Amino acid sequence: MPLPSRVLVVIPAYNEEATVAGVVQEVRAALPSADVLLVDDCSTDGTRAVALTTAAQVLTLPINLGVGGAMRAGFRYALRYGYDAVLQVDGDGQHDPQDAPRLIAALADADLVIGARFAGTGDYDVRGPRRWAMRLLARTLSRVTGARLTDATSGFRVCNGRTLELFARHYPAEYLGDTVETLVIVARAGLTVAQVPVTMRDRAGGQPSQSPVRAAVYLFRVVLALGLGRLRRYDFAEGVRVPV
Amino acid sequence: MNDVKIVSLVGGIAIVLVMVELLRRRQLKEKYAVLWLAVALAVAVLAVAPGLLDAVAGWLSVADPVNLLLFVGMLVLLSVCVHLSWECSRLEDETRSLAEEIALLRNLVEQREPPP
Repeated sequence: MPLPSRVLVVIPAYNEEATVAGVVQEVRAALPSADVLLVDDCSTDGTRAVALTTAAQVLTLPINLGVGGAMRAGFRYALRYGYDAVLQVDGDGQHDPQDAPRLIAALADADLVIGARFAGTGDYDVRGPRRWAMRLLARTLSRVTGARLTDATSGFRVCNGRTLELFARHYPAEYLGDTVETLVIVARAGLTVAQVPVTMRDRAGGQPSQSPVRAAVYLFRVVLALGLGRLRRYDFAEGVRVPV
Repeated sequence: MNDVKIVSLVGGIAIVLVMVELLRRRQLKEKYAVLWLAVALAVAVLAVAPGLLDAVAGWLSVADPVNLLLFVGMLVLLSVCVHLSWECSRLEDETRSLAEEIALLRNLVEQREPPP
Protein backbone atom coordinates (compact mmCIF):
# COMPACT_ATOMS: atom_id res chain seq x y z
CA MET A 1 0.00 0.00 0.00
CA PRO A 2 1.34 3.47 -0.81
CA LEU A 3 2.21 5.65 2.14
CA PRO A 4 -0.12 8.59 2.76
CA SER A 5 0.87 11.99 1.44
CA ARG A 6 -1.44 14.18 3.50
CA VAL A 7 -1.57 13.25 7.16
CA LEU A 8 -3.91 14.90 9.63
CA VAL A 9 -3.05 14.54 13.31
CA VAL A 10 -6.26 14.58 15.35
CA ILE A 11 -5.93 15.35 19.06
CA PRO A 12 -9.15 14.78 21.02
CA ALA A 13 -9.02 16.88 24.17
CA TYR A 14 -11.35 17.17 27.11
CA ASN A 15 -10.17 19.49 29.90
CA GLU A 16 -6.52 19.23 28.95
CA GLU A 17 -5.52 22.90 29.10
CA ALA A 18 -2.27 22.05 30.89
CA THR A 19 -0.94 19.60 28.30
CA VAL A 20 -2.55 20.38 24.97
CA ALA A 21 -0.17 23.12 23.79
CA GLY A 22 2.85 20.94 24.52
CA VAL A 23 1.34 18.02 22.62
CA VAL A 24 0.70 20.20 19.56
CA GLN A 25 4.27 21.47 19.67
CA GLU A 26 5.73 17.97 19.97
CA VAL A 27 3.57 16.68 17.15
CA ARG A 28 4.65 19.51 14.86
CA ALA A 29 8.28 18.85 15.69
CA ALA A 30 7.93 15.11 15.02
CA LEU A 31 5.80 15.48 11.88
CA PRO A 32 6.59 18.84 10.28
CA SER A 33 4.62 18.10 7.11
CA ALA A 34 1.41 17.00 8.84
CA ASP A 35 -1.49 19.28 9.74
CA VAL A 36 -2.78 19.23 13.30
CA LEU A 37 -6.43 19.34 14.34
CA LEU A 38 -7.40 19.80 17.96
CA VAL A 39 -10.90 18.66 18.81
CA ASP A 40 -12.10 20.36 21.97
CA ASP A 41 -14.81 18.05 23.31
CA CYS A 42 -16.77 20.84 25.02
CA SER A 43 -14.16 21.32 27.72
CA THR A 44 -15.11 23.31 30.80
CA ASP A 45 -11.60 24.63 31.37
CA GLY A 46 -9.45 26.80 29.12
CA THR A 47 -8.65 24.08 26.58
CA ARG A 48 -10.24 25.99 23.74
CA ALA A 49 -8.45 29.25 24.56
CA VAL A 50 -5.12 27.43 24.76
CA ALA A 51 -5.87 25.55 21.56
CA LEU A 52 -6.48 28.78 19.68
CA THR A 53 -3.01 30.05 20.63
CA THR A 54 -1.38 27.04 18.95
CA ALA A 55 -0.75 26.56 15.26
CA ALA A 56 -3.37 23.81 15.11
CA GLN A 57 -6.79 23.96 13.53
CA VAL A 58 -9.46 23.78 16.20
CA LEU A 59 -12.85 22.07 16.21
CA THR A 60 -15.05 23.09 19.11
CA LEU A 61 -17.86 20.66 19.85
CA PRO A 62 -20.92 22.39 21.30
CA ILE A 63 -21.76 19.32 23.42
CA ASN A 64 -19.56 16.70 25.03
CA LEU A 65 -19.50 13.64 22.80
CA GLY A 66 -16.68 11.57 24.28
CA VAL A 67 -13.48 10.44 22.56
CA GLY A 68 -15.36 8.54 19.86
CA GLY A 69 -17.53 11.56 19.09
CA ALA A 70 -14.54 13.89 18.96
CA MET A 71 -12.70 11.48 16.68
CA ARG A 72 -15.57 11.10 14.24
CA ALA A 73 -15.71 14.88 13.94
CA GLY A 74 -11.98 14.70 13.16
CA PHE A 75 -12.52 11.98 10.55
CA ARG A 76 -15.23 14.05 8.88
CA TYR A 77 -12.89 17.03 8.82
CA ALA A 78 -10.19 14.84 7.25
CA LEU A 79 -12.61 13.53 4.63
CA ARG A 80 -13.92 16.99 3.85
CA TYR A 81 -10.46 18.42 3.27
CA GLY A 82 -9.04 15.44 1.43
CA TYR A 83 -6.53 13.95 3.86
CA ASP A 84 -5.49 10.36 3.24
CA ALA A 85 -4.42 9.43 6.76
CA VAL A 86 -5.48 10.32 10.29
CA LEU A 87 -3.17 9.92 13.27
CA GLN A 88 -4.82 10.01 16.68
CA VAL A 89 -2.79 11.31 19.61
CA ASP A 90 -4.28 11.82 23.06
CA GLY A 91 -4.34 15.35 24.40
CA ASP A 92 -3.02 14.36 27.83
CA GLY A 93 0.54 13.84 26.67
CA GLN A 94 0.79 10.12 27.39
CA HIS A 95 1.76 9.37 23.79
CA ASP A 96 5.19 10.32 22.52
CA PRO A 97 4.84 11.87 19.04
CA GLN A 98 8.41 10.77 18.31
CA ASP A 99 6.90 7.32 17.69
CA ALA A 100 4.47 8.75 15.13
CA PRO A 101 6.68 8.40 12.02
CA ARG A 102 7.13 4.69 12.75
CA LEU A 103 3.37 4.28 13.10
CA ILE A 104 2.78 6.03 9.77
CA ALA A 105 5.48 3.96 8.08
CA ALA A 106 3.65 0.81 9.17
CA LEU A 107 0.70 1.90 6.99
CA ALA A 108 2.70 0.32 4.16
CA ASP A 109 1.38 -3.08 5.28
CA ALA A 110 -1.84 -2.27 7.09
CA ASP A 111 -4.93 -0.07 6.95
CA LEU A 112 -4.92 0.66 10.69
CA VAL A 113 -1.85 0.75 12.91
CA ILE A 114 -2.05 0.69 16.69
CA GLY A 115 0.72 2.01 18.89
CA ALA A 116 0.92 -0.51 21.71
CA ARG A 117 2.74 -0.37 25.01
CA PHE A 118 5.73 -2.66 25.29
CA ALA A 119 4.61 -5.71 27.18
CA GLY A 120 6.02 -5.31 30.66
CA THR A 121 7.08 -1.69 30.46
CA GLY A 122 5.00 0.64 32.54
CA ASP A 123 2.67 -2.22 33.31
CA TYR A 124 1.12 -2.45 36.70
CA ASP A 125 0.13 -5.65 38.39
CA VAL A 126 -3.33 -6.60 37.20
CA ARG A 127 -5.44 -9.53 38.32
CA GLY A 128 -9.05 -10.52 38.72
CA PRO A 129 -11.76 -9.27 36.36
CA ARG A 130 -9.57 -6.55 34.86
CA ARG A 131 -6.95 -9.10 33.91
CA TRP A 132 -9.62 -11.37 32.39
CA ALA A 133 -10.97 -8.40 30.49
CA MET A 134 -7.55 -7.53 29.09
CA ARG A 135 -6.89 -11.14 28.14
CA LEU A 136 -10.28 -11.54 26.55
CA LEU A 137 -9.73 -8.35 24.60
CA ALA A 138 -6.28 -9.30 23.38
CA ARG A 139 -7.31 -12.82 22.37
CA THR A 140 -10.62 -12.00 20.75
CA LEU A 141 -9.32 -9.01 18.84
CA SER A 142 -6.21 -10.85 17.71
CA ARG A 143 -8.42 -13.61 16.35
CA VAL A 144 -10.90 -11.21 14.72
CA THR A 145 -8.24 -9.04 13.08
CA GLY A 146 -5.69 -11.76 12.38
CA ALA A 147 -2.94 -9.60 13.89
CA ARG A 148 -1.21 -9.96 17.22
CA LEU A 149 -2.71 -7.23 19.37
CA THR A 150 -1.70 -6.75 22.98
CA ASP A 151 -2.96 -3.23 23.70
CA ALA A 152 -6.23 -2.89 21.84
CA THR A 153 -7.52 0.03 23.89
CA SER A 154 -4.60 2.24 22.96
CA GLY A 155 -5.67 5.64 21.64
CA PHE A 156 -2.42 6.09 19.71
CA ARG A 157 -3.29 4.92 16.21
CA VAL A 158 -3.13 5.88 12.58
CA CYS A 159 -5.39 4.88 9.72
CA ASN A 160 -5.25 5.30 5.95
CA GLY A 161 -7.76 6.81 3.55
CA ARG A 162 -10.01 3.78 3.13
CA THR A 163 -10.26 3.29 6.85
CA LEU A 164 -10.92 6.93 7.63
CA GLU A 165 -13.73 6.96 5.09
CA LEU A 166 -15.27 4.04 6.97
CA PHE A 167 -14.67 5.74 10.31
CA ALA A 168 -16.24 9.01 9.15
CA ARG A 169 -19.43 7.01 8.71
CA HIS A 170 -19.28 4.56 11.60
CA TYR A 171 -17.27 5.64 14.57
CA PRO A 172 -19.00 4.55 17.77
CA ALA A 173 -19.29 7.19 20.48
CA GLU A 174 -19.86 4.75 23.31
CA TYR A 175 -17.27 3.87 25.94
CA LEU A 176 -14.80 1.34 24.45
CA GLY A 177 -16.61 1.77 21.15
CA ASP A 178 -13.86 4.00 19.79
CA THR A 179 -11.16 1.43 20.51
CA VAL A 180 -12.58 -2.09 20.76
CA GLU A 181 -15.59 -1.89 18.47
CA THR A 182 -13.68 -0.03 15.76
CA LEU A 183 -11.22 -2.91 15.50
CA VAL A 184 -14.08 -5.33 14.93
CA ILE A 185 -15.58 -2.97 12.33
CA VAL A 186 -12.25 -2.68 10.51
CA ALA A 187 -11.79 -6.45 10.46
CA ARG A 188 -15.33 -7.00 9.21
CA ALA A 189 -14.74 -4.49 6.41
CA GLY A 190 -11.83 -6.64 5.26
CA LEU A 191 -9.19 -4.09 6.25
CA THR A 192 -5.95 -5.07 7.95
CA VAL A 193 -4.61 -4.10 11.36
CA ALA A 194 -1.03 -4.00 12.62
CA GLN A 195 0.60 -3.19 15.92
CA VAL A 196 3.74 -1.17 16.52
CA PRO A 197 5.40 -1.09 19.95
CA VAL A 198 5.65 2.38 21.48
CA THR A 199 6.53 3.80 24.86
CA MET A 200 3.81 5.44 26.91
CA ARG A 201 4.44 8.14 29.45
CA ASP A 202 2.74 8.33 32.80
CA ARG A 203 -0.71 9.74 32.61
CA ALA A 204 -1.21 12.94 34.49
CA GLY A 205 -4.53 11.61 35.71
CA GLY A 206 -3.09 8.57 37.47
CA GLN A 207 -3.77 4.88 37.04
CA PRO A 208 -7.09 3.25 36.26
CA SER A 209 -9.04 2.09 39.27
CA GLN A 210 -8.22 -1.30 40.73
CA SER A 211 -11.55 -1.77 42.50
CA PRO A 212 -12.92 -5.26 41.73
CA VAL A 213 -16.43 -3.97 41.16
CA ARG A 214 -15.28 -1.44 38.60
CA ALA A 215 -13.07 -4.06 37.00
CA ALA A 216 -16.06 -6.40 36.70
CA VAL A 217 -18.10 -3.60 35.13
CA TYR A 218 -15.19 -3.03 32.76
CA LEU A 219 -15.19 -6.72 31.82
CA PHE A 220 -18.91 -6.56 31.14
CA ARG A 221 -18.49 -3.49 28.95
CA VAL A 222 -15.68 -5.16 27.03
CA VAL A 223 -17.93 -8.12 26.26
CA LEU A 224 -20.71 -5.72 25.28
CA ALA A 225 -18.45 -3.69 22.97
CA LEU A 226 -17.13 -6.86 21.32
CA GLY A 227 -20.64 -8.21 20.91
CA LEU A 228 -22.03 -4.98 19.50
CA GLY A 229 -19.20 -4.76 17.01
CA ARG A 230 -20.12 -8.20 15.73
CA LEU A 231 -23.85 -7.69 15.80
CA ARG A 232 -24.29 -4.24 14.34
CA ARG A 233 -24.95 -3.71 10.69
CA TYR A 234 -22.61 -1.35 8.89
CA ASP A 235 -22.40 -0.21 5.28
CA PHE A 236 -19.03 -1.47 4.20
CA ALA A 237 -19.44 -0.81 0.50
CA GLU A 238 -17.10 1.81 -0.84
CA GLY A 239 -18.83 4.82 -2.24
CA VAL A 240 -21.47 4.94 0.48
CA ARG A 241 -20.93 8.51 1.52
CA VAL A 242 -21.50 10.61 4.56
CA PRO A 243 -22.66 14.10 3.78
CA VAL A 244 -19.29 15.86 3.95
CA MET B 1 -74.13 3.59 35.88
CA ASN B 2 -71.93 2.46 38.71
CA ASP B 3 -68.95 4.40 40.09
CA VAL B 4 -66.26 2.38 38.31
CA LYS B 5 -67.94 3.01 34.98
CA ILE B 6 -68.15 6.73 35.58
CA VAL B 7 -64.51 6.95 36.68
CA SER B 8 -63.20 5.09 33.62
CA LEU B 9 -65.45 7.04 31.28
CA VAL B 10 -64.30 10.35 32.74
CA GLY B 11 -60.68 9.12 32.54
CA GLY B 12 -61.01 8.14 28.89
CA ILE B 13 -62.67 11.40 27.92
CA ALA B 14 -60.05 13.40 29.87
CA ILE B 15 -57.20 11.72 27.97
CA VAL B 16 -58.89 12.44 24.65
CA LEU B 17 -59.35 16.10 25.60
CA VAL B 18 -55.74 16.49 26.77
CA MET B 19 -54.46 14.92 23.54
CA VAL B 20 -56.64 17.13 21.37
CA GLU B 21 -55.51 20.20 23.30
CA LEU B 22 -51.81 19.23 23.01
CA LEU B 23 -52.27 18.67 19.29
CA ARG B 24 -54.08 21.98 18.94
CA ARG B 25 -51.21 23.81 20.63
CA ARG B 26 -48.78 21.99 18.35
CA GLN B 27 -47.01 20.45 21.36
CA LEU B 28 -47.38 16.88 20.17
CA LYS B 29 -46.47 15.21 16.91
CA GLU B 30 -49.34 13.42 15.24
CA LYS B 31 -47.58 10.04 15.36
CA TYR B 32 -47.56 10.06 19.17
CA ALA B 33 -51.04 11.50 19.51
CA VAL B 34 -52.65 8.78 17.43
CA LEU B 35 -51.48 6.10 19.84
CA TRP B 36 -52.75 7.85 22.96
CA LEU B 37 -56.02 8.78 21.29
CA ALA B 38 -56.53 5.10 20.49
CA VAL B 39 -55.78 4.15 24.10
CA ALA B 40 -58.15 6.82 25.41
CA LEU B 41 -60.93 5.72 23.09
CA ALA B 42 -60.44 2.09 24.14
CA VAL B 43 -60.72 3.10 27.80
CA ALA B 44 -63.91 5.08 27.13
CA VAL B 45 -65.48 2.26 25.11
CA LEU B 46 -64.69 -0.33 27.77
CA ALA B 47 -66.12 1.97 30.41
CA VAL B 48 -69.44 2.21 28.61
CA ALA B 49 -69.56 -1.46 27.59
CA PRO B 50 -67.60 -3.62 30.04
CA GLY B 51 -69.33 -6.65 28.55
CA LEU B 52 -67.04 -6.22 25.55
CA LEU B 53 -64.02 -7.13 27.63
CA ASP B 54 -65.76 -10.25 28.94
CA ALA B 55 -66.66 -11.28 25.40
CA VAL B 56 -63.10 -10.83 24.08
CA ALA B 57 -61.70 -12.69 27.08
CA GLY B 58 -64.18 -15.46 26.35
CA TRP B 59 -63.07 -15.79 22.72
CA LEU B 60 -59.45 -15.94 23.77
CA SER B 61 -60.26 -18.40 26.58
CA VAL B 62 -58.85 -16.05 29.21
CA ALA B 63 -60.49 -17.04 32.48
CA ASP B 64 -60.39 -13.62 34.11
CA PRO B 65 -61.11 -10.63 31.85
CA VAL B 66 -59.06 -8.38 34.15
CA ASN B 67 -55.95 -10.45 33.36
CA LEU B 68 -56.50 -9.79 29.67
CA LEU B 69 -56.81 -6.09 30.34
CA LEU B 70 -53.60 -6.01 32.38
CA PHE B 71 -51.72 -8.11 29.83
CA VAL B 72 -52.72 -5.93 26.91
CA GLY B 73 -52.02 -2.79 28.91
CA MET B 74 -48.54 -4.06 29.77
CA LEU B 75 -47.80 -4.92 26.14
CA VAL B 76 -48.88 -1.48 25.00
CA LEU B 77 -46.71 0.25 27.61
CA LEU B 78 -43.73 -1.96 26.80
CA SER B 79 -43.94 -1.21 23.10
CA VAL B 80 -44.29 2.50 23.82
CA CYS B 81 -41.12 2.37 25.95
CA VAL B 82 -39.17 0.52 23.28
CA HIS B 83 -40.38 2.95 20.68
CA LEU B 84 -39.28 5.93 22.78
CA SER B 85 -35.83 4.39 23.35
CA TRP B 86 -35.53 3.98 19.62
CA GLU B 87 -36.58 7.56 18.95
CA CYS B 88 -34.15 8.72 21.64
CA SER B 89 -31.22 6.86 20.05
CA ARG B 90 -32.07 8.35 16.69
CA LEU B 91 -32.26 11.83 18.14
CA GLU B 92 -28.87 11.36 19.82
CA ASP B 93 -27.37 10.32 16.49
CA GLU B 94 -28.86 13.35 14.83
CA THR B 95 -27.66 15.62 17.62
CA ARG B 96 -24.19 14.15 17.27
CA SER B 97 -24.10 14.85 13.54
CA LEU B 98 -25.33 18.39 14.12
CA ALA B 99 -22.70 18.99 16.79
CA GLU B 100 -19.99 17.81 14.41
CA GLU B 101 -21.33 20.01 11.65
CA ILE B 102 -21.46 23.03 13.95
CA ALA B 103 -17.85 22.41 15.00
CA LEU B 104 -16.76 22.15 11.36
CA LEU B 105 -18.62 25.30 10.38
CA ARG B 106 -17.37 27.24 13.41
CA ASN B 107 -13.83 26.26 12.49
CA LEU B 108 -14.48 27.61 9.01
CA VAL B 109 -16.14 30.82 10.11
CA GLU B 110 -14.04 32.06 12.98
CA GLN B 111 -10.68 30.43 12.51
CA ARG B 112 -7.79 30.42 10.16
CA GLU B 113 -7.76 29.53 6.50
CA PRO B 114 -8.93 25.98 5.81
CA PRO B 115 -6.24 23.75 4.36
CA PRO B 116 -6.12 23.85 0.53
